[in-house]
Amino acid sequence: MSIVPAEAVSGRPGTAADTPNRPDPAEPAPLAPRARLLPSLSAVYRAQLSRARVARIPLLFVATFQSVGIMVLMRGVVDGGAESRAVVAGSSVLVVAFVALNLLAQYFGQLRASGGLDHYATLPVPPAAVVLGAAGAYASFTVPGTVLTAVAGSVFFELPLTHLWVLVAVIPLSGAALAGLGAVLGLLAPRHEVATLLGQLGMSAALLLGVLPADRLPGALVYARDLLPSTYGVEALARTFDARPDWGAVGLDLAVCAAVGVFSLAVATRAYRRAAVR
Amino acid sequence: MPGQFGSVVVRKAWCAKLTQEMGCGRDHVWSSFVSTVCVVRDLVKTYPAARGRRGTPATPAVRATDGISLDVRRGEIFGLLGPNGAGKSTLVRQLTGLMRPDSGEVEVLGHDLVRHPERASRLIGYLGQESTALDELTVALAAETTGRLRGLALRAARAERDVVLEELGLTGIAGRPLKKLSGGQRRLACFAATLVGERAVLVLDEPTTGMDPVARRAVWAAVDRRRAEHGATVLLVTHNVIEAETVLDRVAVLERGKVIACDTPSGLKEQVAGEVRVELVWRERAPLDVPEVAALRGSAQESGRRWVLRLAPDEARAAVAAITGGAAFAALDDFTLATPSLEDVYLALGGRTKGLVKA
Repeated sequence: MSIVPAEAVSGRPGTAADTPNRPDPAEPAPLAPRARLLPSLSAVYRAQLSRARVARIPLLFVATFQSVGIMVLMRGVVDGGAESRAVVAGSSVLVVAFVALNLLAQYFGQLRASGGLDHYATLPVPPAAVVLGAAGAYASFTVPGTVLTAVAGSVFFELPLTHLWVLVAVIPLSGAALAGLGAVLGLLAPRHEVATLLGQLGMSAALLLGVLPADRLPGALVYARDLLPSTYGVEALARTFDARPDWGAVGLDLAVCAAVGVFSLAVATRAYRRAAVR
Repeated sequence: MPGQFGSVVVRKAWCAKLTQEMGCGRDHVWSSFVSTVCVVRDLVKTYPAARGRRGTPATPAVRATDGISLDVRRGEIFGLLGPNGAGKSTLVRQLTGLMRPDSGEVEVLGHDLVRHPERASRLIGYLGQESTALDELTVALAAETTGRLRGLALRAARAERDVVLEELGLTGIAGRPLKKLSGGQRRLACFAATLVGERAVLVLDEPTTGMDPVARRAVWAAVDRRRAEHGATVLLVTHNVIEAETVLDRVAVLERGKVIACDTPSGLKEQVAGEVRVELVWRERAPLDVPEVAALRGSAQESGRRWVLRLAPDEARAAVAAITGGAAFAALDDFTLATPSLEDVYLALGGRTKGLVKA
């Protein structure tokens, strides 16, 4: 090719001489704006919530009936008092574990395996918006089932309904902790079958360690129980069935849920970033 | 200023000259010139060897893109044509920031996307092959949500959504979930989502798979409109030769991770212009006892009772005369003579994989 003065082409003198193969083009094109965190979070949340109408409602029924069924089963085993509180609280939080942990792990596992994450990864959306939007939506799916289970259980085991308003804090906080865990499992599992398996195992652990009264568990399992984030949601709810609940202890339990939630959602966001760019 | 004015004039003159001179695959001095939207240089990506497990044999390392260089110009519909496994999607994933190349350069609209892959989403609208992220949403919500995640405010996203759905004829099924649609309609809905939140460059990975002719026309009309109105540039992945011939301005033919040719479709076809494609369909099987037929067998590609031959024009004339005039005619069901297609180009260039689609 013939030689043309660099300034004739690039409009700027001297740049082509340093990089003969790469003359400076005109200014790089302006970038389109990024999507901001809150609007994109609400867009993801709304989209995920709408999926419930299509895909999730049967599973939400399953989650609720499972918990109610377990309470009916345990009616013959426990003899009131602290044990019945543990059963009702454990069954209620189990709904959260089923949906937020198990179903969200499956969702992210499948999305990752099928290449669906590419869709989000090629949009200028903050990773946290995708993870938090999905986790928030799955936590919201649990609301009707958890409330129904808690009310039905309280009536069934003749526990006071007075302090059930605490579900307003228990559902989002244990939801955050369990959804974060579910997202981490789904996004880090090497294959989606593994994500499904881990989600199921997590839910089984929440079932076993949450519903069974702690003082009947063998020693090693008590430690495992302490490691599971759902336990703190169960404890917080169980304490409020007292006539005069120890609100300090309830607050502490919920704080643990919140801390686990923040930590696991942060890890999930990192895992998403890693999974999106392979 | 007079100096600036002067440089603009030179620039325009050079544009015209460059358009004639610039090809792909070679390092041209002015390759990242202002009219070039996408520059790819020596792009290499190797998938590591996988150890064999039970039931799955070990696979050696694969060079999915093996030193690819390309220039795509502003306002162009540039195609990547090749059979499955040629490395088209791997190349596109590196252009869209989804995959890091082992080495090489990618520059889109003046931005280095190897160093800043996160900028790709703010420059490029990408339609991938998978729709799983949108499958359970309604058509309208899929388009609106994608627009919002592309940075549009709620109102703007809704307004653009309505325009795009109308343009593509999707308004009637806007309220239905993608999952419940046919493959072609679902693909069109995903294409709609790609258009909400405008981008100067569109990367479309087999956008018309499964679509009926009406939907295809809607896609190409929408692409043309964006090109005419905003100078949009389109990079299109396809393995459909007919589509490649009709819609592409230029096409790079990929084979095993390498660009084996790059030109306009008609320019490519000129490379095999000396050939005629002869297709013979026999009633039951070829009458090999006829000497003329037996002689042709060596150069024929056989598939069942269908033979395809690529011959020089006078050879083709002689062959057709011999077959239609002689004893073989009774065994002949049908025959066609045609000018070569891009598939013939691909085969003539040394393409070894039979994976191109004619539809």
